[in-house]
Amino acid sequence: MSIDVSLERAKEQAVAGGVKPRRFGGWYVAEHRLMVMRSYLQTMIATGIGSPLLYLYALGVGLATIVDANVGSEQAAVTYLVFVAPALLCSAALTTATEEFSYPIMLGFKWNPTFFGMNSAPLTGQQIINGVVYAVIIRMLGQSIVYYAFMLLFGAVPSPLGWLTIPVATLTGMAVGTLIMAYATHLDEDRGQFNYVMRFGVIPMTLFSGTFFPLETLPSFLQWIGWISPLWHGVELSRVFAYGLDEPGWLTAVHVIYLIALTVIGWVVAQRLAVRRLNK
Amino acid sequence: MPEAVISAKNLVKKYKDFPAVDGISFDIAPGESFGFLGPNGAGKSTTMRMVGAVSTRTAGDLSIIGLDPNQNGPEIRSQLGVVPQADNLDADLKVRDNLIIYGRYFGFPRNYLGPKADELLEFAQLTDKAKSRVDDLSGGMKRRLTIARALINNPRILLLDEPTTGLDPQARHVLWDRLFRLKEQGTTLVLTTHYMDEAEQLCDRLVVIDKGSIMAEGTPASLIRQYSTREVLELRFGSDRNAAVAEQIAGIGDRIEVLPDRILIYSDNGEAELQRVTEAGLNPITSLVRRSSLEDVFLRLTGRSLIE
Repeated sequence: MSIDVSLERAKEQAVAGGVKPRRFGGWYVAEHRLMVMRSYLQTMIATGIGSPLLYLYALGVGLATIVDANVGSEQAAVTYLVFVAPALLCSAALTTATEEFSYPIMLGFKWNPTFFGMNSAPLTGQQIINGVVYAVIIRMLGQSIVYYAFMLLFGAVPSPLGWLTIPVATLTGMAVGTLIMAYATHLDEDRGQFNYVMRFGVIPMTLFSGTFFPLETLPSFLQWIGWISPLWHGVELSRVFAYGLDEPGWLTAVHVIYLIALTVIGWVVAQRLAVRRLNK
Repeated sequence: MPEAVISAKNLVKKYKDFPAVDGISFDIAPGESFGFLGPNGAGKSTTMRMVGAVSTRTAGDLSIIGLDPNQNGPEIRSQLGVVPQADNLDADLKVRDNLIIYGRYFGFPRNYLGPKADELLEFAQLTDKAKSRVDDLSGGMKRRLTIARALINNPRILLLDEPTTGLDPQARHVLWDRLFRLKEQGTTLVLTTHYMDEAEQLCDRLVVIDKGSIMAEGTPASLIRQYSTREVLELRFGSDRNAAVAEQIAGIGDRIEVLPDRILIYSDNGEAELQRVTEAGLNPITSLVRRSSLEDVFLRLTGRSLIE
Protein backbone atom coordinates (compact mmCIF):
# COMPACT_ATOMS: atom_id res chain seq x y z
CA MET A 1 0.00 0.00 0.00
CA SER A 2 1.40 3.37 -0.90
CA ILE A 3 -0.14 6.77 -1.31
CA ASP A 4 2.09 8.33 -3.90
CA VAL A 5 0.36 6.94 -6.95
CA SER A 6 -1.30 9.55 -9.06
CA LEU A 7 -5.04 9.81 -9.36
CA GLU A 8 -4.77 8.62 -12.95
CA ARG A 9 -3.12 5.37 -11.82
CA ALA A 10 -5.77 4.90 -9.12
CA LYS A 11 -8.48 5.38 -11.70
CA GLU A 12 -6.92 2.72 -13.93
CA GLN A 13 -6.84 0.30 -11.02
CA ALA A 14 -10.49 1.02 -10.26
CA VAL A 15 -11.50 0.39 -13.86
CA ALA A 16 -9.56 -2.88 -13.83
CA GLY A 17 -11.08 -3.80 -10.47
CA GLY A 18 -14.58 -3.48 -11.88
CA VAL A 19 -14.11 -5.92 -14.77
CA LYS A 20 -14.54 -9.26 -12.99
CA PRO A 21 -17.37 -8.20 -10.65
CA ARG A 22 -19.30 -6.73 -13.58
CA ARG A 23 -18.89 -9.93 -15.57
CA PHE A 24 -19.26 -12.63 -12.92
CA GLY A 25 -20.98 -10.83 -10.01
CA GLY A 26 -24.12 -12.98 -10.20
CA TRP A 27 -22.05 -16.13 -9.89
CA TYR A 28 -20.27 -14.79 -6.81
CA VAL A 29 -23.65 -14.28 -5.18
CA ALA A 30 -24.65 -17.82 -6.18
CA GLU A 31 -21.44 -19.06 -4.62
CA HIS A 32 -22.46 -17.35 -1.39
CA ARG A 33 -25.94 -18.92 -1.47
CA LEU A 34 -24.49 -22.36 -2.09
CA MET A 35 -22.02 -21.86 0.79
CA VAL A 36 -24.93 -21.00 3.07
CA MET A 37 -26.94 -23.98 1.78
CA ARG A 38 -24.03 -26.17 2.86
CA SER A 39 -25.01 -25.35 6.44
CA TYR A 40 -28.29 -27.19 5.91
CA LEU A 41 -26.91 -29.78 3.52
CA GLN A 42 -28.04 -32.70 5.69
CA THR A 43 -31.65 -31.51 5.67
CA MET A 44 -31.43 -31.00 1.92
CA ILE A 45 -30.16 -34.53 1.35
CA ALA A 46 -32.67 -36.06 3.74
CA THR A 47 -35.65 -34.37 2.08
CA GLY A 48 -34.13 -34.85 -1.37
CA ILE A 49 -34.12 -38.62 -0.90
CA GLY A 50 -36.94 -39.03 1.63
CA SER A 51 -39.58 -37.06 -0.19
CA PRO A 52 -39.57 -38.93 -3.54
CA LEU A 53 -39.39 -42.24 -1.70
CA LEU A 54 -42.33 -41.47 0.57
CA TYR A 55 -44.57 -39.76 -1.95
CA LEU A 56 -43.98 -42.17 -4.82
CA TYR A 57 -44.62 -45.10 -2.53
CA ALA A 58 -47.63 -43.69 -0.68
CA LEU A 59 -49.43 -42.31 -3.73
CA GLY A 60 -47.96 -44.12 -6.69
CA VAL A 61 -48.03 -47.55 -5.07
CA GLY A 62 -50.36 -47.35 -2.05
CA LEU A 63 -53.18 -45.11 -3.18
CA ALA A 64 -52.74 -46.40 -6.73
CA THR A 65 -54.11 -49.82 -5.77
CA ILE A 66 -57.51 -48.25 -5.10
CA VAL A 67 -57.40 -45.82 -8.01
CA ASP A 68 -56.32 -48.34 -10.61
CA ALA A 69 -58.90 -50.87 -9.41
CA ASN A 70 -61.73 -48.35 -9.75
CA VAL A 71 -60.85 -46.45 -12.91
CA GLY A 72 -60.63 -49.53 -15.11
CA SER A 73 -57.84 -50.10 -17.57
CA GLU A 74 -59.81 -49.22 -20.74
CA GLN A 75 -60.66 -45.74 -19.31
CA ALA A 76 -57.20 -44.77 -18.08
CA ALA A 77 -54.40 -44.45 -20.59
CA VAL A 78 -51.73 -45.05 -17.92
CA THR A 79 -51.47 -46.38 -14.38
CA TYR A 80 -51.94 -43.96 -11.49
CA LEU A 81 -48.22 -44.16 -10.65
CA VAL A 82 -47.28 -42.97 -14.13
CA PHE A 83 -49.98 -40.30 -13.95
CA VAL A 84 -49.03 -38.88 -10.57
CA ALA A 85 -45.21 -39.17 -10.60
CA PRO A 86 -44.47 -36.15 -12.90
CA ALA A 87 -46.88 -34.07 -10.81
CA LEU A 88 -45.09 -35.01 -7.60
CA LEU A 89 -41.77 -34.11 -9.19
CA CYS A 90 -43.08 -30.68 -10.16
CA SER A 91 -44.66 -29.93 -6.81
CA ALA A 92 -41.44 -30.94 -5.01
CA ALA A 93 -39.55 -28.36 -7.09
CA LEU A 94 -42.30 -25.85 -6.32
CA THR A 95 -41.94 -26.41 -2.58
CA THR A 96 -38.19 -25.87 -2.74
CA ALA A 97 -38.66 -22.72 -4.81
CA THR A 98 -41.17 -21.40 -2.29
CA GLU A 99 -38.66 -21.87 0.54
CA GLU A 100 -35.60 -20.57 -1.25
CA PHE A 101 -37.21 -17.50 -2.77
CA SER A 102 -38.99 -16.26 0.35
CA TYR A 103 -37.11 -16.31 3.66
CA PRO A 104 -33.56 -16.08 2.24
CA ILE A 105 -34.62 -12.89 0.43
CA MET A 106 -36.05 -11.37 3.59
CA LEU A 107 -32.92 -12.49 5.39
CA GLY A 108 -30.61 -10.74 2.95
CA PHE A 109 -32.53 -7.47 2.93
CA LYS A 110 -33.66 -7.32 6.51
CA TRP A 111 -32.87 -9.89 9.18
CA ASN A 112 -29.18 -10.29 8.38
CA PRO A 113 -28.69 -7.69 5.66
CA THR A 114 -25.89 -9.38 3.75
CA PHE A 115 -27.25 -8.00 0.44
CA PHE A 116 -26.24 -4.52 1.58
CA GLY A 117 -22.77 -5.89 2.27
CA MET A 118 -22.59 -7.35 -1.25
CA ASN A 119 -23.73 -4.03 -2.65
CA SER A 120 -20.98 -2.19 -0.73
CA ALA A 121 -18.61 -4.51 -2.54
CA PRO A 122 -18.79 -4.08 -6.33
CA LEU A 123 -21.98 -6.15 -6.80
CA THR A 124 -25.24 -4.64 -8.06
CA GLY A 125 -28.86 -5.27 -7.12
CA GLN A 126 -29.49 -7.13 -10.40
CA GLN A 127 -26.53 -9.40 -9.77
CA ILE A 128 -27.70 -10.18 -6.25
CA ILE A 129 -31.10 -11.28 -7.56
CA ASN A 130 -29.47 -13.20 -10.43
CA GLY A 131 -27.16 -14.98 -8.02
CA VAL A 132 -30.01 -16.13 -5.81
CA VAL A 133 -31.81 -17.40 -8.92
CA TYR A 134 -28.74 -19.29 -10.21
CA ALA A 135 -28.23 -20.99 -6.84
CA VAL A 136 -31.87 -22.03 -6.55
CA ILE A 137 -31.86 -23.37 -10.13
CA ILE A 138 -28.82 -25.47 -9.24
CA ARG A 139 -30.55 -26.80 -6.15
CA MET A 140 -33.83 -27.54 -7.98
CA LEU A 141 -32.01 -29.29 -10.83
CA GLY A 142 -30.06 -31.45 -8.38
CA GLN A 143 -33.16 -32.30 -6.42
CA SER A 144 -35.16 -33.07 -9.58
CA ILE A 145 -32.43 -35.37 -10.90
CA VAL A 146 -32.60 -37.37 -7.66
CA TYR A 147 -36.39 -37.38 -7.83
CA TYR A 148 -36.28 -38.54 -11.44
CA ALA A 149 -33.92 -41.38 -10.52
CA PHE A 150 -36.49 -42.60 -8.01
CA MET A 151 -39.22 -42.32 -10.64
CA LEU A 152 -37.17 -44.57 -12.90
CA LEU A 153 -36.63 -46.96 -10.00
CA PHE A 154 -40.39 -47.18 -9.43
CA GLY A 155 -40.92 -47.74 -13.15
CA ALA A 156 -42.95 -44.56 -13.45
CA VAL A 157 -41.48 -43.20 -16.72
CA PRO A 158 -42.46 -45.05 -19.91
CA SER A 159 -41.24 -42.42 -22.40
CA PRO A 160 -37.59 -42.05 -23.49
CA LEU A 161 -38.15 -38.27 -23.32
CA GLY A 162 -38.93 -38.56 -19.61
CA TRP A 163 -35.69 -36.87 -18.52
CA LEU A 164 -37.12 -33.62 -19.91
CA THR A 165 -39.36 -33.51 -16.83
CA ILE A 166 -36.24 -32.41 -14.91
CA PRO A 167 -35.93 -29.00 -16.61
CA VAL A 168 -39.72 -28.71 -16.72
CA ALA A 169 -40.00 -29.18 -12.95
CA THR A 170 -37.24 -26.61 -12.44
CA LEU A 171 -39.01 -24.15 -14.74
CA THR A 172 -42.25 -24.71 -12.83
CA GLY A 173 -40.47 -23.87 -9.57
CA MET A 174 -39.01 -20.76 -11.21
CA ALA A 175 -42.38 -19.54 -12.53
CA VAL A 176 -43.85 -19.41 -9.04
CA GLY A 177 -40.58 -18.78 -7.19
CA THR A 178 -39.49 -15.62 -8.99
CA LEU A 179 -42.91 -14.08 -8.31
CA ILE A 180 -42.52 -14.91 -4.62
CA MET A 181 -39.02 -13.45 -4.78
CA ALA A 182 -40.37 -10.20 -6.23
CA TYR A 183 -42.92 -10.07 -3.43
CA ALA A 184 -40.26 -10.76 -0.78
CA THR A 185 -38.02 -8.05 -2.26
CA HIS A 186 -40.89 -5.61 -1.92
CA LEU A 187 -41.90 -6.72 1.58
CA ASP A 188 -40.66 -4.54 4.44
CA GLU A 189 -41.50 -6.92 7.22
CA ASP A 190 -42.86 -10.45 7.43
CA ARG A 191 -45.94 -10.38 9.60
CA GLY A 192 -47.01 -13.84 8.53
CA GLN A 193 -47.45 -12.97 4.85
CA PHE A 194 -45.31 -15.89 3.68
CA ASN A 195 -47.37 -18.24 5.78
CA TYR A 196 -50.43 -16.81 4.07
CA VAL A 197 -48.90 -17.27 0.61
CA MET A 198 -48.07 -20.86 1.53
CA ARG A 199 -51.44 -21.74 3.03
CA PHE A 200 -53.77 -19.97 0.64
CA GLY A 201 -51.59 -19.93 -2.45
CA VAL A 202 -49.15 -22.77 -2.77
CA ILE A 203 -51.05 -25.56 -0.98
CA PRO A 204 -54.40 -25.05 -2.80
CA MET A 205 -52.42 -24.77 -6.01
CA THR A 206 -50.83 -28.13 -5.28
CA LEU A 207 -54.23 -29.70 -4.67
CA PHE A 208 -56.19 -28.25 -7.60
CA SER A 209 -53.72 -28.19 -10.46
CA GLY A 210 -54.46 -31.57 -11.94
CA THR A 211 -51.78 -33.01 -9.73
CA PHE A 212 -53.59 -35.86 -7.97
CA PHE A 213 -56.60 -36.04 -10.28
CA PRO A 214 -57.24 -34.65 -13.79
CA LEU A 215 -58.46 -31.07 -13.97
CA GLU A 216 -61.48 -32.18 -16.04
CA THR A 217 -62.90 -33.98 -13.00
CA LEU A 218 -63.35 -30.60 -11.26
CA PRO A 219 -66.68 -28.81 -11.83
CA SER A 220 -66.27 -26.50 -14.81
CA PHE A 221 -66.58 -23.34 -12.67
CA LEU A 222 -63.44 -24.38 -10.76
CA GLN A 223 -61.32 -25.37 -13.73
CA TRP A 224 -59.99 -21.83 -14.19
CA ILE A 225 -57.83 -22.45 -11.12
CA GLY A 226 -55.89 -24.91 -13.20
CA TRP A 227 -55.59 -22.69 -16.22
CA ILE A 228 -53.95 -19.85 -14.29
CA SER A 229 -51.93 -22.18 -12.07
CA PRO A 230 -48.28 -22.39 -13.18
CA LEU A 231 -48.19 -25.79 -11.53
CA TRP A 232 -50.94 -27.15 -13.82
CA HIS A 233 -49.02 -25.98 -16.88
CA GLY A 234 -45.83 -27.52 -15.52
CA VAL A 235 -47.51 -30.79 -14.59
CA GLU A 236 -49.23 -31.17 -17.97
CA LEU A 237 -46.01 -30.36 -19.80
CA SER A 238 -44.06 -32.91 -17.80
CA ARG A 239 -46.77 -35.52 -18.53
CA VAL A 240 -46.29 -34.87 -22.22
CA PHE A 241 -42.65 -35.82 -21.82
CA ALA A 242 -43.05 -38.57 -19.20
CA TYR A 243 -45.67 -40.68 -20.94
CA GLY A 244 -46.80 -38.84 -24.06
CA LEU A 245 -49.98 -37.25 -22.67
CA ASP A 246 -52.26 -36.63 -25.59
CA GLU A 247 -52.89 -32.89 -25.90
CA PRO A 248 -52.95 -30.46 -28.83
CA GLY A 249 -49.59 -29.02 -29.84
CA TRP A 250 -50.72 -25.44 -29.29
CA LEU A 251 -51.50 -26.24 -25.65
CA THR A 252 -48.01 -27.63 -25.12
CA ALA A 253 -46.66 -24.37 -26.53
CA VAL A 254 -48.90 -22.39 -24.18
CA HIS A 255 -47.47 -24.30 -21.19
CA VAL A 256 -43.91 -23.40 -22.17
CA ILE A 257 -44.68 -19.77 -22.97
CA TYR A 258 -46.73 -19.26 -19.80
CA LEU A 259 -44.04 -20.68 -17.53
CA ILE A 260 -41.25 -18.72 -19.18
CA ALA A 261 -43.30 -15.51 -19.15
CA LEU A 262 -44.02 -15.73 -15.41
CA THR A 263 -40.37 -16.51 -14.70
CA VAL A 264 -39.18 -13.50 -16.66
CA ILE A 265 -41.75 -11.16 -15.10
CA GLY A 266 -40.92 -12.20 -11.54
CA TRP A 267 -37.19 -12.08 -12.21
CA VAL A 268 -37.18 -8.61 -13.81
CA VAL A 269 -39.52 -7.09 -11.23
CA ALA A 270 -37.38 -8.52 -8.41
CA GLN A 271 -34.27 -7.01 -10.00
CA ARG A 272 -35.85 -3.57 -10.21
CA LEU A 273 -37.18 -3.70 -6.66
CA ALA A 274 -33.81 -4.86 -5.36
CA VAL A 275 -31.97 -1.99 -7.02
CA ARG A 276 -34.44 0.44 -5.50
CA ARG A 277 -34.29 -1.13 -2.06
CA LEU A 278 -30.47 -1.04 -1.94
CA ASN A 279 -30.27 2.57 -3.13
CA LYS A 280 -31.30 4.31 0.07
CA MET B 1 -2.98 19.71 -1.26
CA PRO B 2 -2.44 16.87 -3.75
CA GLU B 3 -5.26 16.00 -6.12
CA ALA B 4 -8.36 15.02 -4.14
CA VAL B 5 -9.28 11.34 -4.05
CA ILE B 6 -12.83 12.27 -3.08
CA SER B 7 -14.37 15.52 -4.19
CA ALA B 8 -17.93 16.71 -3.54
CA LYS B 9 -19.52 19.96 -4.72
CA ASN B 10 -22.96 21.06 -3.54
CA LEU B 11 -23.89 17.47 -2.85
CA VAL B 12 -27.61 17.00 -2.17
CA LYS B 13 -29.69 13.99 -1.15
CA LYS B 14 -33.42 14.39 -0.73
CA TYR B 15 -35.94 11.84 0.52
CA LYS B 16 -39.20 13.01 -1.01
CA ASP B 17 -38.93 16.68 -0.03
CA PHE B 18 -36.73 16.27 3.01
CA PRO B 19 -33.10 17.24 2.35
CA ALA B 20 -30.99 14.77 4.37
CA VAL B 21 -27.87 16.28 2.83
CA ASP B 22 -28.32 19.86 1.77
CA GLY B 23 -25.56 21.05 -0.53
CA ILE B 24 -22.25 20.11 1.06
CA SER B 25 -18.81 20.45 -0.51
CA PHE B 26 -15.53 18.91 0.58
CA ASP B 27 -12.27 17.52 -0.80
CA ILE B 28 -10.33 14.65 0.71
CA ALA B 29 -6.66 14.14 -0.13
CA PRO B 30 -5.06 10.72 -0.59
CA GLY B 31 -3.78 9.33 2.72
CA GLU B 32 -5.78 11.84 4.69
CA SER B 33 -7.93 10.92 7.65
CA PHE B 34 -11.15 12.87 7.29
CA GLY B 35 -14.11 13.00 9.65
CA PHE B 36 -17.75 13.99 9.63
CA LEU B 37 -18.70 15.07 13.13
CA GLY B 38 -22.33 15.65 13.96
CA PRO B 39 -25.31 14.45 15.96
CA ASN B 40 -27.62 11.61 14.93
CA GLY B 41 -29.67 12.56 11.90
CA ALA B 42 -27.21 15.20 10.70
CA GLY B 43 -26.80 13.51 7.32
CA LYS B 44 -23.48 11.78 8.01
CA SER B 45 -24.56 8.25 7.08
CA THR B 46 -26.35 9.48 3.96
CA THR B 47 -23.17 11.24 2.90
CA MET B 48 -21.19 8.08 3.56
CA ARG B 49 -23.55 6.01 1.41
CA MET B 50 -23.18 8.46 -1.45
CA VAL B 51 -19.39 8.40 -1.10
CA GLY B 52 -19.65 4.59 -0.91
CA ALA B 53 -21.30 4.68 -4.36
CA VAL B 54 -24.43 2.84 -3.22
CA SER B 55 -26.79 5.79 -2.86
CA THR B 56 -27.60 8.01 -5.83
CA ARG B 57 -27.24 11.75 -5.21
CA THR B 58 -30.19 14.04 -5.91
CA ALA B 59 -28.01 16.92 -7.11
CA GLY B 60 -24.45 18.21 -7.12
CA ASP B 61 -21.14 16.73 -8.24
CA LEU B 62 -19.33 13.82 -6.70
CA SER B 63 -16.08 12.30 -7.87
CA ILE B 64 -14.35 9.36 -6.21
CA ILE B 65 -10.92 8.34 -7.49
CA GLY B 66 -11.73 10.53 -10.47
CA LEU B 67 -14.88 8.55 -11.34
CA ASP B 68 -18.57 9.37 -11.12
CA PRO B 69 -20.49 6.90 -8.91
CA ASN B 70 -23.56 7.23 -11.14
CA GLN B 71 -21.67 5.55 -13.98
CA ASN B 72 -18.87 3.66 -12.27
CA GLY B 73 -20.32 2.33 -9.02
CA PRO B 74 -18.73 -1.14 -9.25
CA GLU B 75 -15.35 0.29 -10.32
CA ILE B 76 -15.30 2.74 -7.42
CA ARG B 77 -16.48 0.13 -4.94
CA SER B 78 -13.69 -2.20 -6.02
CA GLN B 79 -11.29 0.30 -4.39
CA LEU B 80 -13.29 0.95 -1.21
CA GLY B 81 -13.47 -0.77 2.13
CA VAL B 82 -16.75 -0.17 3.92
CA VAL B 83 -17.50 -0.53 7.62
CA PRO B 84 -21.22 0.14 7.96
CA GLN B 85 -22.91 1.43 11.07
CA ALA B 86 -24.88 -1.79 11.57
CA ASP B 87 -22.90 -5.01 11.19
CA ASN B 88 -23.95 -7.05 8.19
CA LEU B 89 -21.62 -9.97 8.74
CA ASP B 90 -23.08 -13.26 7.59
CA ALA B 91 -24.39 -15.14 10.62
CA ASP B 92 -24.74 -18.34 8.56
CA LEU B 93 -21.02 -18.52 7.85
CA LYS B 94 -17.97 -18.98 10.07
CA VAL B 95 -15.63 -16.06 10.82
CA ARG B 96 -12.96 -16.96 8.26
CA ASP B 97 -15.55 -17.83 5.59
CA ASN B 98 -17.03 -14.37 6.01
CA LEU B 99 -13.73 -12.90 4.83
CA ILE B 100 -13.27 -15.36 1.99
CA ILE B 101 -16.73 -15.00 0.46
CA TYR B 102 -16.48 -11.22 0.72
CA GLY B 103 -13.22 -11.34 -1.20
CA ARG B 104 -14.95 -13.41 -3.86
CA TYR B 105 -17.36 -10.51 -4.50
CA PHE B 106 -14.35 -8.57 -5.79
CA GLY B 107 -13.35 -11.45 -8.04
CA PHE B 108 -10.28 -12.59 -6.12
CA PRO B 109 -9.44 -16.30 -6.47
CA ARG B 110 -9.76 -18.56 -3.43
CA ASN B 111 -6.08 -19.49 -3.37
CA TYR B 112 -5.27 -15.80 -2.88
CA LEU B 113 -8.03 -15.25 -0.32
CA GLY B 114 -7.03 -18.05 2.06
CA PRO B 115 -3.68 -16.57 3.14
CA LYS B 116 -5.12 -13.05 2.91
CA ALA B 117 -7.94 -13.98 5.30
CA ASP B 118 -5.43 -15.45 7.76
CA GLU B 119 -3.31 -12.30 7.60
CA LEU B 120 -6.36 -10.12 8.28
CA LEU B 121 -7.54 -12.31 11.15
CA GLU B 122 -4.10 -11.80 12.66
CA PHE B 123 -4.39 -8.03 12.17
CA ALA B 124 -7.84 -8.03 13.78
CA GLN B 125 -6.62 -10.27 16.63
CA LEU B 126 -9.17 -12.92 15.74
CA THR B 127 -6.92 -15.79 14.65
CA ASP B 128 -8.21 -18.12 17.37
CA LYS B 129 -11.80 -17.30 16.36
CA ALA B 130 -11.35 -18.29 12.71
CA LYS B 131 -13.75 -21.23 12.98
CA SER B 132 -16.23 -19.60 15.36
CA ARG B 133 -19.72 -18.58 14.44
CA VAL B 134 -20.20 -14.83 14.02
CA ASP B 135 -22.93 -14.80 16.65
CA ASP B 136 -20.47 -16.03 19.26
CA LEU B 137 -18.27 -12.94 18.89
CA SER B 138 -18.45 -9.93 21.21
CA GLY B 139 -19.44 -6.50 19.86
CA GLY B 140 -15.82 -5.37 19.66
CA MET B 141 -14.77 -8.56 17.87
CA LYS B 142 -17.58 -8.19 15.33
CA ARG B 143 -16.45 -4.65 14.58
CA ARG B 144 -12.86 -5.81 14.13
CA LEU B 145 -14.06 -8.59 11.85
CA THR B 146 -16.06 -6.05 9.83
CA ILE B 147 -12.93 -3.93 9.49
CA ALA B 148 -10.89 -6.99 8.49
CA ARG B 149 -13.56 -7.80 5.90
CA ALA B 150 -13.40 -4.23 4.58
CA LEU B 151 -9.65 -4.69 4.04
CA ILE B 152 -9.89 -7.90 2.00
CA ASN B 153 -9.49 -5.96 -1.29
CA ASN B 154 -6.59 -3.76 -0.05
CA PRO B 155 -8.81 -0.71 -0.33
CA ARG B 156 -7.43 2.68 -1.25
CA ILE B 157 -10.13 4.33 0.84
CA LEU B 158 -11.70 2.99 4.03
CA LEU B 159 -15.16 4.32 4.94
CA LEU B 160 -16.16 3.91 8.58
CA ASP B 161 -19.65 4.86 9.72
CA GLU B 162 -19.70 5.28 13.51
CA PRO B 163 -16.96 2.69 13.96
CA THR B 164 -16.99 2.53 17.76
CA THR B 165 -20.60 3.25 18.67
CA GLY B 166 -21.79 0.77 21.27
CA LEU B 167 -18.31 -0.47 22.21
CA ASP B 168 -16.79 -0.38 25.67
CA PRO B 169 -13.74 1.89 26.23
CA GLN B 170 -11.20 -0.92 25.96
CA ALA B 171 -12.64 -2.24 22.69
CA ARG B 172 -12.64 1.31 21.32
CA HIS B 173 -8.96 1.74 22.07
CA VAL B 174 -8.05 -1.54 20.39
CA LEU B 175 -10.01 -0.40 17.33
CA TRP B 176 -8.42 3.04 17.28
CA ASP B 177 -5.00 1.41 17.41
CA ARG B 178 -5.83 -0.74 14.36
CA LEU B 179 -7.18 2.24 12.44
CA PHE B 180 -4.12 4.25 13.32
CA ARG B 181 -1.91 1.55 11.80
CA LEU B 182 -3.90 1.64 8.58
CA LYS B 183 -3.49 5.39 8.46
CA GLU B 184 0.25 4.97 8.90
CA GLN B 185 0.27 2.59 5.95
CA GLY B 186 -1.30 5.30 3.80
CA THR B 187 -4.93 4.23 3.63
CA THR B 188 -7.31 7.15 3.26
CA LEU B 189 -9.75 7.04 6.17
CA VAL B 190 -13.17 8.65 6.03
CA LEU B 191 -15.22 8.32 9.17
CA THR B 192 -18.33 9.62 10.81
CA THR B 193 -18.66 9.93 14.53
CA HIS B 194 -20.58 11.75 17.18
CA TYR B 195 -17.77 11.20 19.66
CA MET B 196 -15.50 14.22 19.90
CA ASP B 197 -12.63 12.21 21.42
CA GLU B 198 -12.76 9.82 18.48
CA ALA B 199 -12.65 12.69 16.02
CA GLU B 200 -9.71 14.24 17.91
CA GLN B 201 -7.85 10.92 17.99
CA LEU B 202 -8.31 9.86 14.40
CA CYS B 203 -8.99 12.83 12.16
CA ASP B 204 -6.41 15.04 10.48
CA ARG B 205 -9.28 17.24 9.37
CA LEU B 206 -12.99 17.24 9.86
CA VAL B 207 -16.21 18.98 9.06
CA VAL B 208 -18.89 19.68 11.61
CA ILE B 209 -22.19 18.78 10.04
CA ASP B 210 -25.70 19.55 11.26
CA LYS B 211 -29.08 19.30 9.55
CA GLY B 212 -27.45 18.29 6.28
CA SER B 213 -25.11 21.29 6.11
CA ILE B 214 -21.47 21.89 6.92
CA MET B 215 -21.07 24.31 9.82
CA ALA B 216 -17.27 24.45 9.98
CA GLU B 217 -14.18 22.78 8.63
CA GLY B 218 -10.62 22.40 9.87
CA THR B 219 -8.22 20.41 12.01
CA PRO B 220 -9.52 19.54 15.49
CA ALA B 221 -7.07 22.01 17.04
CA SER B 222 -7.88 24.85 14.65
CA LEU B 223 -11.62 24.38 15.13
CA ILE B 224 -11.20 24.57 18.89
CA ARG B 225 -9.01 27.64 18.54
CA GLN B 226 -11.45 29.30 16.21
CA TYR B 227 -14.75 28.51 17.87
CA SER B 228 -13.89 28.06 21.53
CA THR B 229 -11.56 29.25 24.27
CA ARG B 230 -8.59 27.35 25.64
CA GLU B 231 -10.40 26.26 28.80
CA VAL B 232 -13.92 25.67 30.02
CA LEU B 233 -15.23 26.00 33.55
CA GLU B 234 -18.18 23.72 34.26
CA LEU B 235 -20.39 24.64 37.21
CA ARG B 236 -23.39 22.89 38.70
CA PHE B 237 -25.76 24.71 40.97
CA GLY B 238 -28.62 22.23 40.77
CA SER B 239 -30.97 22.05 37.84
CA ASP B 240 -33.52 24.51 39.30
CA ARG B 241 -30.93 27.22 40.02
CA ASN B 242 -28.67 27.14 36.96
CA ALA B 243 -30.69 29.62 34.92
CA ALA B 244 -31.04 32.12 37.78
CA VAL B 245 -27.33 31.97 38.68
CA ALA B 246 -26.38 32.49 35.05
CA GLU B 247 -27.85 35.99 35.16
CA GLN B 248 -25.81 36.87 38.23
CA ILE B 249 -22.53 35.77 36.68
CA ALA B 250 -23.09 37.47 33.34
CA GLY B 251 -19.85 39.10 32.28
CA ILE B 252 -17.59 36.43 33.75
CA GLY B 253 -15.50 34.68 31.08
CA ASP B 254 -15.68 35.21 27.31
CA ARG B 255 -19.02 33.50 26.91
CA ILE B 256 -21.53 31.55 28.99
CA GLU B 257 -23.65 28.56 27.91
CA VAL B 258 -26.49 27.40 30.13
CA LEU B 259 -27.33 23.72 29.74
CA PRO B 260 -30.15 21.99 31.64
CA ASP B 261 -27.72 20.36 34.07
CA ARG B 262 -24.78 22.79 34.18
CA ILE B 263 -23.33 26.14 33.24
CA LEU B 264 -20.29 26.38 30.95
CA ILE B 265 -18.02 29.41 31.23
CA TYR B 266 -15.59 29.79 28.32
CA SER B 267 -12.29 31.43 29.17
CA ASP B 268 -8.57 31.08 28.61
CA ASN B 269 -8.11 30.75 32.37
CA GLY B 270 -10.76 28.62 34.04
CA GLU B 271 -9.29 28.78 37.55
CA ALA B 272 -9.36 32.59 37.54
CA GLU B 273 -13.02 32.60 36.50
CA LEU B 274 -13.85 30.11 39.25
CA GLN B 275 -12.29 32.48 41.76
CA ARG B 276 -14.44 35.37 40.45
CA VAL B 277 -17.55 33.21 40.81
CA THR B 278 -16.77 32.36 44.44
CA GLU B 279 -15.85 35.98 45.16
CA ALA B 280 -19.32 36.93 43.92
CA GLY B 281 -20.64 34.83 46.79
CA LEU B 282 -21.84 31.90 44.73
CA ASN B 283 -21.03 28.36 45.78
CA PRO B 284 -21.49 25.77 43.04
CA ILE B 285 -22.21 22.17 44.07
CA THR B 286 -19.44 20.99 41.77
CA SER B 287 -16.90 22.78 39.59
CA LEU B 288 -14.51 21.52 36.95
CA VAL B 289 -11.93 23.19 34.76
CA ARG B 290 -11.10 21.36 31.52
CA ARG B 291 -9.65 21.93 28.07
CA SER B 292 -12.04 22.91 25.31
CA SER B 293 -13.09 20.06 23.05
CA LEU B 294 -14.95 19.59 19.79
CA GLU B 295 -18.09 19.21 21.84
CA ASP B 296 -17.74 22.89 22.73
CA VAL B 297 -17.18 23.77 19.10
CA PHE B 298 -20.37 21.99 18.21
CA LEU B 299 -22.30 23.67 21.00
CA ARG B 300 -21.05 27.06 19.83
CA LEU B 301 -21.98 26.38 16.23
CA THR B 302 -25.40 24.85 16.72
CA GLY B 303 -26.52 25.76 20.21
CA ARG B 304 -27.03 22.08 20.90
CA SER B 305 -25.08 19.20 22.44
CA LEU B 306 -23.71 16.42 20.28
CA ILE B 307 -25.13 13.59 22.32
CA GLU B 308 -28.62 14.20 23.60
